[in-house]
Amino acid sequence: MSVTRAIFRRELQSYFATPVAYVFIVIFLMLMGAFTFYLGGFYERGQADLRAFFNYHPWLYLFLMPAIAMRLWAEERKTGTIELLMTLPVTPVQAVLGKFLAAWAFAGIALLLTFPIWITVNYLGNPDNGAIIAAYIGSFLMAGGFLAIGSFVSVFTRNQVIAFVISIVVCFGFLLAGFPLVLDIFSGWAPQVVVDGIASLSFLTHFSGISKGVIDLRDLIYFALVIGTFLYANTIVLRWKQAD
Amino acid sequence: MPMVQIDGLTKRYGRHTVVDKLSFACEAGEVLGFLGPNGAGKSTTMKMLTGFVAPSAGTASIRGHDIQSDTLAAQRCIGYLPEGAPLYAEMTVRTFLDFIANIRGLDGTRRRNRMQEVIELLHLGPVLDQSIDTLSKGFKRRVGLAQAIVHDPEILILDEPTDGLDPNQKHEVRQLIRSMSAEKLIVISTHILEEVDAVCTRAIIVANGRLLVDDTPAALAEQGNADLESVFRNLTQASNVETSEAAV
Repeated sequence: MSVTRAIFRRELQSYFATPVAYVFIVIFLMLMGAFTFYLGGFYERGQADLRAFFNYHPWLYLFLMPAIAMRLWAEERKTGTIELLMTLPVTPVQAVLGKFLAAWAFAGIALLLTFPIWITVNYLGNPDNGAIIAAYIGSFLMAGGFLAIGSFVSVFTRNQVIAFVISIVVCFGFLLAGFPLVLDIFSGWAPQVVVDGIASLSFLTHFSGISKGVIDLRDLIYFALVIGTFLYANTIVLRWKQAD
Repeated sequence: MPMVQIDGLTKRYGRHTVVDKLSFACEAGEVLGFLGPNGAGKSTTMKMLTGFVAPSAGTASIRGHDIQSDTLAAQRCIGYLPEGAPLYAEMTVRTFLDFIANIRGLDGTRRRNRMQEVIELLHLGPVLDQSIDTLSKGFKRRVGLAQAIVHDPEILILDEPTDGLDPNQKHEVRQLIRSMSAEKLIVISTHILEEVDAVCTRAIIVANGRLLVDDTPAALAEQGNADLESVFRNLTQASNVETSEAAV
């Protein structure tokens, strides 16, 4: 436990050791605002809720979460510190978990800093704050899903740009798994069970309920499973390819 | 049981054999010089000894802990300086050493004492709060050595510890190695022969992944009726000719 915590702390500190973290948070908040007010029509909707805000989270995360996760392993490979880390008494599970949790905490900090929008909506009307908290939790879980994918992709390469681009492609596939864009690739030849299975993997479908404030246990389990699966795969690949 | 025992250790990448059935054992109090031309398999052997690279065949055990099945226990006995001393550049020396001490599970007075000792031993006091990427090469190497010895390991594995340092810095690192050698097993890899003369009690020469010689530096020089350098050249070049003939 203390090993995972040490890695978590180091990793989180290193986000803030360079201007990257601050640039990221500022961009994150600006984009969130722009999407909510312009694309989402926050005022025009005339409703005291945060649907206009949460609806765009999947699309922002598609680009911003891979940007947080790309360095997790690619940078260790590039600088050779992966040799330092993995010859310390550290198991792959501890290393993967510590790094992932740091990235997730960083995303959580950025998400919490969107609180002015919550104050705004409470000032303008009487929103269902329970639903808003539920949507925040769901958004945080979805961010974890994106980050787990990003961390997994990052372990394959020493190049952060490659990690970033491939993560976006994989995340995009997951985001739209329930839509014709992805399903048409499979529906021609794969059995219906497989197509239905792929369709049920869609981040958008699982998030849409949560963004309305409806917490369905199945959606929570889904995101937990995505995180668990990709982190597990991450440890396997790390064990197998750490020295390559 | 010897502190480090290697049996038939082999590493192949595709059809290329980097380390070829290496076997030896070493004990506390030894300073083992691991000698060979570039590409002889020195670093790969050290990476296998520290659990970073998995061997293709053979075993290595550290204080009786098999490096593959009991990796963490083996790694706890080792302090390791990887080739080129990679470090987390954005951290300060202090936070970096704190991180290593956390991972190594040091706490309380022992932690304070060890940190203080290591900082004094490697003269890191003046740069403690500087970020590592602003340090000179000599300081970076010292930080790398500091992280390797902070938990006072029984076994020190140093991959080219003096590579790229100026003569004064080299001298300092060698003195440090000598000062720690009494109660530890220290394995250093190098292609600098004067280093073997200066610090090692035993020299192993490898070329093309194979063990050529295992002897004391003095005996080596005597045996060749010459200095260490010509012995090294004769041995490693002979082995090169051998392999290129085999390739034909």
